Amino acid sequence: MSERPIKVLIAKPGLDGHDRGAKVLARGLRDEGFEVVYTGLRQTPEMVVSAALQEDVDVVGLSILSGAHMTLLPRIVEGLRAEGLDDVLVTAGGIIPDDDIPALTEAGVSRVFGPGTTIRQVADYIRENVQPRAEG
Amino acid sequence: MTEAAQGGSPERVETANEGPAEAVERGQALAERTRAGERRALARLLTEVENRSRAAEAALRILYPLAGEAHLVGVTGAPGAGKSTLVAALVGEARKSGRPVAVLAIDPSSPITGGAILGDRVRMQAYAGDPDVFIRSMASRGHVGGLATSTVAAAAVLDAAGFPLVFIETVGTGQSEVEVAAIADTTLVVQAPEMGDEVQAIKAGLLEVADIVVVNKADRPGADRAASHLRSMLTVGAQHDRAMGDRPRPKRPEVLLASGASGQGVPEVLASLDRREAKRRAAGTSGEADGARLARAEAQVWGILAERLRGRVREPARAAETKVVLRAVADHELDPYAAADRLLAALTDR
Repeated sequence: MSERPIKVLIAKPGLDGHDRGAKVLARGLRDEGFEVVYTGLRQTPEMVVSAALQEDVDVVGLSILSGAHMTLLPRIVEGLRAEGLDDVLVTAGGIIPDDDIPALTEAGVSRVFGPGTTIRQVADYIRENVQPRAEG
Repeated sequence: MTEAAQGGSPERVETANEGPAEAVERGQALAERTRAGERRALARLLTEVENRSRAAEAALRILYPLAGEAHLVGVTGAPGAGKSTLVAALVGEARKSGRPVAVLAIDPSSPITGGAILGDRVRMQAYAGDPDVFIRSMASRGHVGGLATSTVAAAAVLDAAGFPLVFIETVGTGQSEVEVAAIADTTLVVQAPEMGDEVQAIKAGLLEVADIVVVNKADRPGADRAASHLRSMLTVGAQHDRAMGDRPRPKRPEVLLASGASGQGVPEVLASLDRREAKRRAAGTSGEADGARLARAEAQVWGILAERLRGRVREPARAAETKVVLRAVADHELDPYAAADRLLAALTDR
């Protein structure tokens, strides 16, 4: 009984108001058969963590274009771990300089997707890396 | 594998290949932790319920007798009528008096890919930091009628978890997705002011099952007129009601004006919901509203019964016989009624 679709939270932490990319990705992942919870713009790390907990998602995908990723992303990962959600896959996308990626990986972001990434690549990455779920 | 993936919680690692007994044990543990107020356990349990797993069944055996205290409010209406915004405003209003509130928000699954966009939280994120507000999105997963198959069970879990008020927001519906009325104590239909004329108001369907109709976006032009159209068409006929006696008849809803976005009229909507709930409780099993609870019981048991029957017919031991019967129906050698009777008879004579 493994028909349960993978559940993904797409959130935009921080103050930038550009959510076209996040919406396109949400739509694309829907077409890939995922259940996508979309929370909209201007989310605080606490809001993202609370939504991930209540929705019991497998993946948190964070879109960020504001440059505040070094502050916000580690806080979200810490918040998830503090709630016991350390098995949730955390990915990020948007405008994130290559130089910052090692530090983000160190902080627990499993993958950073840059401009030009296709929806297929994101979907495949999630399918390959998501934690197996209990069934039965 | 990522660092996070390797670290995975013991909960998930242990359960990847569990047997039936372990699943039951895990379900029971989730039920206990949910009762103790652990939100993570509640969230995990809702996932099990959505998956209709063995663990969920074990948990519900514990939790169902503890439920029945909550006021289940179904919120339905056309896409874009403002259901989520109104629910968010009602949550805020209820929180003023300190009541914990839960929301189940259902959005449609794609019939093609099985995927879904669950977007109702967008309007409700203001309460993300409030531990006494629990919002859960559910994909309809192939169920039609505005709900998901496991919505009733999920509501029972939230009820047993101690939420006295549970909003069930349906998929954006058309004129006839009335299923929510069969499972909610109170059904609230949200209408946008541009609903049409008086003839729309007297069409059969959704408006017949409403306890309360809220004309939302009350700040828009035409809202007053829409409300008065609805009132004049929906609330008349008391004399005819009496003449109908015990025959089933549509409800006579209260019509209220509100704006989920500005908050106008929202306290009145909550007050109306509370009045109905108080009345239902006072009336006990003799009241008219008790019918909703019986209907809910029926919907649940019938659903599970049908599922179990289907499961039994598909058991490996019977698969061959079932296949023969289905083949005969496909070839028009056997009619489908006779086929169902034959499968049913095979179940009972052992």
